[in-house]
Amino acid sequence: MELAFVIEKVVLVTVIFLITLGIAAYSTLAERKIAGFIQGRVGPHRAGPSGMFQPLADGGKMFFKEEIIPAESNPWLFIAGPCLALLTASIGSAVIPWGQDLVIGDRVIQLQVADINVGILYIFGIVSLGVYGIMIGGWASNNKYSLMGAIRAASQNISYEIAMGLSLIALLMVTQTLSLRGIAEQQAGFWQNGWFSWNVFCQPLGFLIFLVCSFAECNRTPFDLPESENELVAGYHTEYSGFKLGAFLFSEYINMFVASAVMSTLYFGGYNFPFMNHLGLSDNVVTILGVVFLFAKIFFFIFFFMWIRWTIPRFRYDQLMNLGWKVLIPLSIANIVLTGIWITVKDLM
Amino acid sequence: MESLSNRKKVLEQKPMTFGEKIYLPSIAKGLAITFKHIFKKRETIFYPEQERPVSENWRGLHSLKRDEQGRERCTACGLCALACPAEAITMTAAERKKGEEGLYREEKYAAVYEINMLRCIFCGLCEEACPKEAIYLDGPFLEADYLRKDFIFGKDKLVEEPLKS
Amino acid sequence: MNLFYLVAFLSIFFSLLVIFTKNPVYSVLYLIVTFFTFSIHYILLNAQFLAIVNFIVYMGAILVLFLYVLMLLNLNKESEPMKSNLLKVAGVIAGLCLLLTLAGSLKLVHVSDPVLLKNPDIGLVKNLGKVLFKDFLLPFEVSSILLLAAMVGAVLLAKKDPNNV
Repeated sequence: MELAFVIEKVVLVTVIFLITLGIAAYSTLAERKIAGFIQGRVGPHRAGPSGMFQPLADGGKMFFKEEIIPAESNPWLFIAGPCLALLTASIGSAVIPWGQDLVIGDRVIQLQVADINVGILYIFGIVSLGVYGIMIGGWASNNKYSLMGAIRAASQNISYEIAMGLSLIALLMVTQTLSLRGIAEQQAGFWQNGWFSWNVFCQPLGFLIFLVCSFAECNRTPFDLPESENELVAGYHTEYSGFKLGAFLFSEYINMFVASAVMSTLYFGGYNFPFMNHLGLSDNVVTILGVVFLFAKIFFFIFFFMWIRWTIPRFRYDQLMNLGWKVLIPLSIANIVLTGIWITVKDLM
Repeated sequence: MESLSNRKKVLEQKPMTFGEKIYLPSIAKGLAITFKHIFKKRETIFYPEQERPVSENWRGLHSLKRDEQGRERCTACGLCALACPAEAITMTAAERKKGEEGLYREEKYAAVYEINMLRCIFCGLCEEACPKEAIYLDGPFLEADYLRKDFIFGKDKLVEEPLKS
Repeated sequence: MNLFYLVAFLSIFFSLLVIFTKNPVYSVLYLIVTFFTFSIHYILLNAQFLAIVNFIVYMGAILVLFLYVLMLLNLNKESEPMKSNLLKVAGVIAGLCLLLTLAGSLKLVHVSDPVLLKNPDIGLVKNLGKVLFKDFLLPFEVSSILLLAAMVGAVLLAKKDPNNV
């Protein structure tokens, strides 16, 4: 390992981490703004021009509030909960390809932290770990509401992970690789061999299932039962205050960002954009444009998460389980079978 | 039971069709509605800078009025205190001395006049009870404060500004 | 090689903690860490697929269920059932049997030379898939049928008997 390589990766990791935190911080503002717009209000607008500094104000508030650790709680696990939630949320972005290779002189800089050949499974593993933060935090609070929230979170995440994994299997049958970079490269351009090259056009059902499941995995409305404020008194973070509460809320937004990035990479072509190879631009310009397009897609998905939140009411718990086990899992198995038939027919022709 | 008016309508609940069962069309419809709302006019009134116009019979904070010559109208008769359903008004009467004719219109005046704004329900009965047209509820909103004692408004806050000559 | 010893030490250390902690929830948490160190072992062996599957299946699913069940239990000391002597004897016998089996199987194991592993990429997804679906197709399918049977059994257990409600 040469020094330049290490520096390159360290810089990339730092930049991605900062971007993740920045986007998560401004997602909180965007959420409140969009909620306001949809409800005919303006949202926060006092801190800075049209509320631009609201995340800073929120962060400052979180930092300076009193940290309360309940007397009967388990102090170590009580602190470990939000830390784990934040950790598992932020390591997911390591395998996402942010763009094609950047060529500066002789150096080829890969805009991806780690191109491991089991990228999708890595993401999947991180997602399945995400529930530990909530469970440990909820249990350690020593509060019935928190425990209920933790239990709901665990059962919900496990249920929807299955459907998510099965919908991914259908996708993998099409792409035949587990590497996210490989999947992104296969979707080059927009139109290839007489059909759209983006995976959403050959896996529409799979995308739908994946979308619903990622809503459930991020604990977003309509699946925000673990933290439902009016029936469980905020669920697993009832007892949390100050920065530890902030860590929980922040990790939700980071999860949303990573989920949006994964969805855009897997189904919406990642950094590819229409006519990217026909504009006659140099490779580096195409790469930078690709990064811009990837972020545009990510922002759209983040907006979509919020749009759904302010449109659809929360599910009842039995409805949630019904949807997961009786609808999404059979659908995704059917999707696998259909994909298998389609691939076989295509090979025969 | 037989309906007499014949206007009773029986609600028919048909089983949902497949299109309704998958909910996706209705979700799309809902999303379209909320998306339209993003571009609608905002209803927000930016309060400290901008105030909502109040109606003609709006009842806000009280003010003790002065007459055309700038003298206090109140004669401390206590009818407002009597009329008050919330027992918010108290006062102490005093006799007008020589040389104070420019300050008080009547021979008797209120030396202390206090309204507890936490008790007041802004019903306007004091206004109606006053024989001297001395009290009106024509002020702004009641503002928030930190201490309960600061909500007992004395004459310093209630009496109108003196006339400018 | 030093990394291996560090990780091996950690996995033994945490698995000992699993046994020696009093609180079952702590035990499960230490078990999670132990499985994490196992994942690192797999990565050191260039078996990325196994590492990540260990990660997903054990850390992400099975131990979540363990934790889930433990959270629902009442872990007070008073409610702990008294362990009878019979149970203790049975435990000792079972443990000794396990030890015997382990010792017996260890005697049969040949020492393989990891440096001379013919295909260092055997742990990668593509090769693993080929091996599973060509050389070991029958055991693979048989185990999948076993899993299916277990799944059907679980569903049957969970289903209420309609005649017996």
